[in-house]
Amino acid sequence: MLEATAAVVAELGSGTRQDRVARRNRLSGTSGFDGVRPAAGRWAHFEHRADVGVEGTGATPAAAFEQAALALTAIICDPATVRPEAAVDICCEEADLELLFVDWLNALVYRMATERMLFSGFQVAIDGPRLRARVWGEAVEPVRHRPAVEVKGATYTALAVRQQSDGSWIARCVVDV
Amino acid sequence: MSDGLNQSGESPIGDSVLDTTQLKKGLVRQDDTEWRIEPKGAMRVPVVLFASEALVEDLDDKVLEQAVHVAGLPGIVGASYAMPDAHWGYGFPIGGVAAFDAEQGGVVSGGGVGFDISCGVRTLHTGLDRAAVDAVQDELADALYYRIPVGVGSTGAIRLDRRGMDAMLSGGAAWAVNQGYGRPEDLARIEEQGCVAGADPGQVSDLAKKRQQNEMGTLGSGNHYLEVQLVTDVYDAATAAAFDLDVGAVMVSIHCGSRGLGHQIGTEYLKRMAVAAGRYGIQLPDRELACAPIDSDLGRAYLGAMRAGINCALANRQILTHLAREVFAEFFETDLTLLYDVSHNTCKLEEHTVDGRRRRLHVHRKGATRAFGPGHPDLPTDLRAVGQPVLIGGTMGTASYILVGTEQGMQRAFASACHGAGRAMSRHAATRRWHGRAVQNELAERGIAVRSPSPRGLAEEAPGAYKDVSEVVLVAERAGLARRVARLEPLVCVKG
Repeated sequence: MLEATAAVVAELGSGTRQDRVARRNRLSGTSGFDGVRPAAGRWAHFEHRADVGVEGTGATPAAAFEQAALALTAIICDPATVRPEAAVDICCEEADLELLFVDWLNALVYRMATERMLFSGFQVAIDGPRLRARVWGEAVEPVRHRPAVEVKGATYTALAVRQQSDGSWIARCVVDV
Repeated sequence: MSDGLNQSGESPIGDSVLDTTQLKKGLVRQDDTEWRIEPKGAMRVPVVLFASEALVEDLDDKVLEQAVHVAGLPGIVGASYAMPDAHWGYGFPIGGVAAFDAEQGGVVSGGGVGFDISCGVRTLHTGLDRAAVDAVQDELADALYYRIPVGVGSTGAIRLDRRGMDAMLSGGAAWAVNQGYGRPEDLARIEEQGCVAGADPGQVSDLAKKRQQNEMGTLGSGNHYLEVQLVTDVYDAATAAAFDLDVGAVMVSIHCGSRGLGHQIGTEYLKRMAVAAGRYGIQLPDRELACAPIDSDLGRAYLGAMRAGINCALANRQILTHLAREVFAEFFETDLTLLYDVSHNTCKLEEHTVDGRRRRLHVHRKGATRAFGPGHPDLPTDLRAVGQPVLIGGTMGTASYILVGTEQGMQRAFASACHGAGRAMSRHAATRRWHGRAVQNELAERGIAVRSPSPRGLAEEAPGAYKDVSEVVLVAERAGLARRVARLEPLVCVKG
């Protein structure tokens, strides 16, 4: 079950309680994941005046990476509007987990740009320095997705991948938009 | 060879994390608009910030931290400068200017240029007045929106094969003119005459070239735009006359950059520099400061690729100009002529006088505009006596400005000025406060026709999300960086 953090709901939330609930449900993206294993964990955006920070939290680094990928899509559009119709495979290799995280986000940015796609489902496996992922999405449809902004690339600003005191993993960085 | 940012590994002021509040308190005011942090710890040069008291108060805390880090990079000359519109970037602040001497172990930094290599503004004369545009305002807005590929997922009409791509990356706007997009006389009014030397397409990866394949002649999204603008004020009649600017004249401005190719070059070299820094003896306080000695294989490779990125941006703005000309030709019997084209995300090799000595320096301008003063040999002959037009973009609901480079500015910050308003709040904060359709309707009531594929994008780009551009350019003028010539307001805005 995907769940947007309170921070995101608070950031994007306004209007009536029903509005907030509706928005929260939309942000959760559960309707868009039929047939695709939903990632466990949470995602959020954090404040950066010019750009946007993405953050994923999960039981493992892979789960945190999956959640951060969802946060990446949410910069562009509402992930719940993106149908998981086509699968794309992504591989990255990097011994440093933080550099691997930036590589992962940049691989998604690249596939979005070159294949004119948006992604909403993510399945990541990390084995040593190797990341293998299958991601699901569909071609951009401006009228339906209403994409707000394209992502240029992930940066090393506010970059961190670490285990938290409760044992969960967090992965975050600023992306340039 | 580089001697490293800080061989001891300590951060420039001695702690692993800079206290940004203390940094702001440590600013020492020099005069009306200049503030300094004197060198301390690993800083090799001071930080110099150009700002009013109000802009300092509103300054993003991270700007000074980033400027201090830049002040510790090897081979930096003079000072680490922050322009009046400075805000938190990655590595370098946006609105940051820093010059490096290759002979002193100076570095080149991908973060000092940015992902959108050679993002910039070009402004064209239309020869029209407001009444002519008012008569067809909505139709003109629709036609521009229809013709200019804009927003996420949009593609251009041009497909380049491998040879064509390399020719574009070597030739810039000159290549575009040869392909029939625009006229040879356009080139004189573009920095580097439309084609920067030293571009090396061989240093641009196949991935970057593939990412650009469908993006030639696209505007992009975010803060990029094509605007039809009205000249509302002239501050300097003589220079305005030299720039052919009159109150009531209608102009067209295009703000965009090197599209996917530049983004991919930035992404790839940022990583290569971060990984290789240790090999070059550079210890970085933060990976985001990734850089390489200018005089190294990686430094040379980046410069070759980055210059190819500049040429891509120049070609892109040239193609967009052609599309705008086609649209205007459908409505009016007029021609669009180029006032000037500036890039505000670059690293350029320039000659500057430092302590009475001429030196060849690699000047990084990230979110800062080159502002050559009168007499500079790189200016077109018909503008050389007055100085370079400095084009400052505003928001879709506020003003843009045209400034001119000054003699004083040549000495102030390596001939650099601000580049725009700079964001005052995050995109999320903007979407909390505004709704896209309401923004569009309010602007329509004020006589500004806005077209965009994304209501949320409009909310994120709401005029109130930016600093007061008028304050920014006024401070730039008071600081002697550049002088105001004219103020423009939007009539039509096509937004990504």
